[in-house]
Amino acid sequence: MKLNGAQIVYECLRHEGVDTVFGYPGGVVIPLYDELPNYPDIHHILVRHEQGAAHAADGYARATGKTGVAFATSGPGATNLVTGIATAFADSIPTVFFTGQVVRSGIGTDFFQEVDITGITLPVTKHNYLVLDVRDLAKTIKEAFYIASSGRPGPVLIDIPKDVFTDACDFSYPDNVDLQGYKPTVKGNPYQIKKAAALIAKSQKPVIVAGNGVIGSNSAELLKELAEKTQMPVVTTLLGKGAFPEDNELSFGMLGMHGTAWGNKAVLESDLLVAIGMRFDDRATSKLTGFAPNAKVIHIDVDPAEIGKNVKVDVPIVGNIKQVLLVLNEETAEAKHDEWINTLKGWKKQYFVDYDSSEKLLPQYILHNLSRLTDGNPIIVTGVGQHQMWAAMDITHKYPRHFISSGGLGTMGFDTPAAMGVKAGCPHKEVISITGDGSLQMTIQEFGTIMQEQLGIKIFLFNNNYLGMVRQWQDLFYNRRYVATPLANPDFGKIAEAYNIPSIKVEKKADVEAAIIKALSTKGPFLIDFHVEREENVFPMIPPGAALCDTLINREEGY
Amino acid sequence: MAAVKKHILVALVENKPGVLNRMSSLFRRRGFNIESIAVGRSEQEHLARMTICVLGTDEQIEQLRKQMDKVIDVIKVTDVTGPRSIVRELALIKVNSTAATRSEIMQIINVFRAKTVDVASDSLTVEITGDDDKIESLYNLLRPYGVKELNMTGTIAILRG
Repeated sequence: MKLNGAQIVYECLRHEGVDTVFGYPGGVVIPLYDELPNYPDIHHILVRHEQGAAHAADGYARATGKTGVAFATSGPGATNLVTGIATAFADSIPTVFFTGQVVRSGIGTDFFQEVDITGITLPVTKHNYLVLDVRDLAKTIKEAFYIASSGRPGPVLIDIPKDVFTDACDFSYPDNVDLQGYKPTVKGNPYQIKKAAALIAKSQKPVIVAGNGVIGSNSAELLKELAEKTQMPVVTTLLGKGAFPEDNELSFGMLGMHGTAWGNKAVLESDLLVAIGMRFDDRATSKLTGFAPNAKVIHIDVDPAEIGKNVKVDVPIVGNIKQVLLVLNEETAEAKHDEWINTLKGWKKQYFVDYDSSEKLLPQYILHNLSRLTDGNPIIVTGVGQHQMWAAMDITHKYPRHFISSGGLGTMGFDTPAAMGVKAGCPHKEVISITGDGSLQMTIQEFGTIMQEQLGIKIFLFNNNYLGMVRQWQDLFYNRRYVATPLANPDFGKIAEAYNIPSIKVEKKADVEAAIIKALSTKGPFLIDFHVEREENVFPMIPPGAALCDTLINREEGY
Repeated sequence: MAAVKKHILVALVENKPGVLNRMSSLFRRRGFNIESIAVGRSEQEHLARMTICVLGTDEQIEQLRKQMDKVIDVIKVTDVTGPRSIVRELALIKVNSTAATRSEIMQIINVFRAKTVDVASDSLTVEITGDDDKIESLYNLLRPYGVKELNMTGTIAILRG
């Protein structure tokens, strides 16, 4: 049977099990949209800006583990996706982006709304395609989904000219993909795994550092098994939040620039790091020469290019985290590190800071209440900035795929559209978007999508009339010269109201709990506009360019 | 500091549009300085072979090799630096010549087993094949006569045996 290119796209999406697509129409994709009503099993969510479609597809993928999909038109539609594609690329999120391209005869002639989107996205996609023949379309889509979701996942873009959507050919969906140049390593080298087990057995002060890869490969249970069997304390990266339950005795929070004082100290003093599905990002390690100076390093990752990129590795294990952990857990012997764990617990007491007894309305206090009232059950989505760090630190994260945040790229405005994608993918879960007045306003037009799609997202806005993280750096490192960081803000409640989103403004500590309960018990979306302490800073902090040992517990004190 | 030296990488890649762009984009983005890059067909119709000369430490080159390997269209990357490889480059050199200097220049060319491929009233064009030392030596000897144009293919290399 002959199908046109547009029909082939939807048939392929069906074969890939795609039921939700985020997108925005435009000239050259009208033929694609024209076929949409014939595929009622594919739900299209119309966003208000293509960046929103990209972040929504990304959030959907992070929360569900399925590949996220977005559509955009050529030219500005395609370029508007780029920030979202780069965000997904930096955090290795499986996504497939379809862009329309101008008719084939127009390519290369500076046609209306023509851009070279495969050229533009080349450095921020795992792979991309320009499909010039409708007969290549099905094979290309099959490859794209395979590449996006296998190995180290990432975004793939498929650019399709308008007249390829309307051309027809016989359709059959390929069963297999055979790419000579792409054969991801799945199983870890058994010899290296044995060496790793031997190092673990010898170590007195080991620390597991768990990252995004543990979550992406659905290996949280196996990680827990490893940690408990060998009694190794666990810290996570920002994107590793939820890879290990933070109410577990062996959890010591996050490492990095805004890691816990005790987690960073554990890494600093360790004699062995078991790094799993993480890439020694500079925000995690701080200055490399001061990073775990006495530790041997076992590095487990699916991407061979990450091994030895930033940190010298003693035992490299390349493979799918789940496959590696299955074997490693067999190979390792039960162990105890009571003394080491007690030392860490001592630091936890020593460096504990009480934020809750302050009179002021502090973000930390709000999040402690949220954490207590919800027990780790909601999916937390964040923007980027101070609120993001507080959301990471001041909520007890317990489950994988429950902390959704732009880590590598640090994309402000990620929060609202990503939360839409999370809610679309997990309609029965509570989805809480924690944001700041800066982040929220970068993609606030998506309130329109929330309204149209009736997406029941709860937005917790930490409103301090500042671009808070930049202000914090100006405060600490630029002599308090607050250049271009104070914000004159609208009444966010009124904006929400215009979109039929109910809201409350909270200015006092005493009103926090009731507001949270009100938001959570309201059906549909809700906004809480928390007017938080304006110049609160995020601590602990390792100043930029400094090392783990330079952790600041507060403005004046370090270790 | 580890020693910086010249490495020669040979990549077998899909022979399709955009592959060279993917590779050069990678070198630029990761901050690698390419001395030369040569691309041509291979023994398999759908594949092309690229030879890349790049300066770096062993660790840097290993990282580059892995990053190249990640490009989906790249089948295989081999570091062929060292005595086990045969390394060649072709240069065309157009040098000023007069009736008075012509035979002198031809003598130099013969010593290098290079070829004269064009003779004009005021210039000679020389074709030379070899590794870059040999080409460099000939070029240096011809420079006093006035080199009007130098055009080089970039290095290609193949492992012995």
